[in-house]
Amino acid sequence: MTSSTLTRDRYLADNPKFLAGLFMSPALIYIIALVGFPFVLAIIYAFTDISTGNPELNFVGFDTFRRVLDDPVFRKALWNTFWFATLANLVVVVLATALAEVLTRDFRGKWLVRFLVLLPWVAPVSLATITWLWTLDSIFSPIDWVLRQFGLITENMYWLGRPQLAMWSIVIVQAWRIVPLAAVIVMAGLVAIPDEINDAVAVDGAGTWRRMFQVTIPLLAPIIAVAVLFGVILSISDMSLVYVLTRGGPTHSTQVLSTWAFIKGIEGGALGQGAAVALFLLPVLVGITAVVLRLARRREVL
Amino acid sequence: MAVVEVRGLTKHFGDVIAVDGVDLRSEEGEFLVLLGPSGCGKTTLLRMIAGLEQPTDGEILLGGENVIGLPPRARRVAMVFQSYALYPHMTVANNIAFPLRSQGMPAAERGPKVKWAAELFGIERLLDRRPRQLSGGERQRVALARALVREPSVFLLDEPLSNLDAKLRAAARDDLMEFQRRIGITTIYVTHDQVEAMGMGDRIAVMNQGKVRQLGTPEDVYHNPSDVFVAQFIGSPPMNLLETPEFLYGFRPEQLLPEGIASGEADRMSLTFHVNRVEYLGSERYLYGHIRGHDETKVIAMLPATVSLPIEVDRDHKFSVAHSQLRFFERRDRGETIPAQPL
Repeated sequence: MTSSTLTRDRYLADNPKFLAGLFMSPALIYIIALVGFPFVLAIIYAFTDISTGNPELNFVGFDTFRRVLDDPVFRKALWNTFWFATLANLVVVVLATALAEVLTRDFRGKWLVRFLVLLPWVAPVSLATITWLWTLDSIFSPIDWVLRQFGLITENMYWLGRPQLAMWSIVIVQAWRIVPLAAVIVMAGLVAIPDEINDAVAVDGAGTWRRMFQVTIPLLAPIIAVAVLFGVILSISDMSLVYVLTRGGPTHSTQVLSTWAFIKGIEGGALGQGAAVALFLLPVLVGITAVVLRLARRREVL
Repeated sequence: MAVVEVRGLTKHFGDVIAVDGVDLRSEEGEFLVLLGPSGCGKTTLLRMIAGLEQPTDGEILLGGENVIGLPPRARRVAMVFQSYALYPHMTVANNIAFPLRSQGMPAAERGPKVKWAAELFGIERLLDRRPRQLSGGERQRVALARALVREPSVFLLDEPLSNLDAKLRAAARDDLMEFQRRIGITTIYVTHDQVEAMGMGDRIAVMNQGKVRQLGTPEDVYHNPSDVFVAQFIGSPPMNLLETPEFLYGFRPEQLLPEGIASGEADRMSLTFHVNRVEYLGSERYLYGHIRGHDETKVIAMLPATVSLPIEVDRDHKFSVAHSQLRFFERRDRGETIPAQPL
């Protein structure tokens, strides 16, 4: 009995079950502490009227949700979130597919171009966004300066100061930020298309556009879907970009759900309402994920 | 239909010379096989004819016209790939129609053509399926139909049977031969399998290290190999080669027969064959050993099952080879056959 226990202890490091638990525990602890716990807390908060002034848990059922929904700013933010995510990712799909096509070709300086393309993704969000804040500055914007030099504008554009233009500005910056990730994902897909398929296309007499739209893109569809999934989730859930650039302004014209949750819950102190706003899109995100993943699996053709 | 001709065709990949000054000319409607070990340049040669690879030097003429610099689509060639390279997201019908659509053929004309090509290979009932729902043999037929639907002038095949299992391969070989004869299209077929090459080719171009070592009919390359490489590459087991100080001489394993069994030709060379091992394979027996006086060189004799003479191992036996079946080679392995000389 003693000897058998001894042996078992000695070979603990050979036991796959023990090792599985050991190696997975850091990730599990991390996820539970930093994702799981706040997530559960948010769900609890959303059903209370907790605020920074009164940190007591009074359960009020769906009251908090009702109050959030009645707020016209919330509805505006919901609508803006939809447009923001859709437009940004449309731009991303087009640019990422084109970029991936270019970056899988052989040309001089490819390494440098790949590095430059990946840069927006590597730079910290807030830092990169602050650069954009300067670039789009209402008075000192270098873009304005260039346009003025060419005589295209006479007065400043106020990129972030006019409602419609501000929306387009954050869409473009968001696209700029996600394109590298999407391009890398699409590149992986492009590389996975067998050479013989491209040879067959060439022998069958198809030109560049026919190859692109009738062979390459249909074959890439599942991969592009995955890239879009990442892009949409990032656009909906990440607040830093919009918060740094516009704080939702002017007059909530670029307010999205993530910034609104932060402004309402943290800056405004209404923790319960902030949590409710943040949770609002959870079912939508889960739905999108399920649909896209299913599509990707069905189109898995190779 | 067209004649394919290459002149001094060369391809370098960096420092590697894949194809080294190849001259080759097919006959009209011929089934020409490029045979060689992997890395001998046969696929690169085929890809240059298709236009998928640009030669470093040399000329390619299709139907008398120089096609260097022309893209594949301008060459009127069709190609079947090793993996078939069907478009996985398209139905069989759309796969076959793809080359026609690329030509800009209107839909009304495409339909009958697709039907014609599908009937040619007996795959009409598969038209609505997708490639992943097909067996290996069916995929191959779809690839053939897609290649032939626009009636090309040259047909190129890159090891199209190597992805099929042995049983299917024999049947597919049959089909391929039959339809090639029927259409009479000039065909260039790449393979590393000598059985395929011998069985299918009107002529075989045996390649090694970027060069064509011999071009001839299957009988020719088997019976009169032009050098030691061809002699040992063609035939299984390969030709036995014995060294003398001046030259090499060789004979096929089936030509080495026990004295007394051999009939017909009286003019035979006697050899003392020391047998080490006998392999019984049903339809024949392989005898492994060496010839006395050439103890370092392994020699294999193949006796058909009709020769039931018992052969004891670890003994010397009297064997002989007809003089007319001896082949002579220069000692450096690129020599021409030296006319038979008496030993």
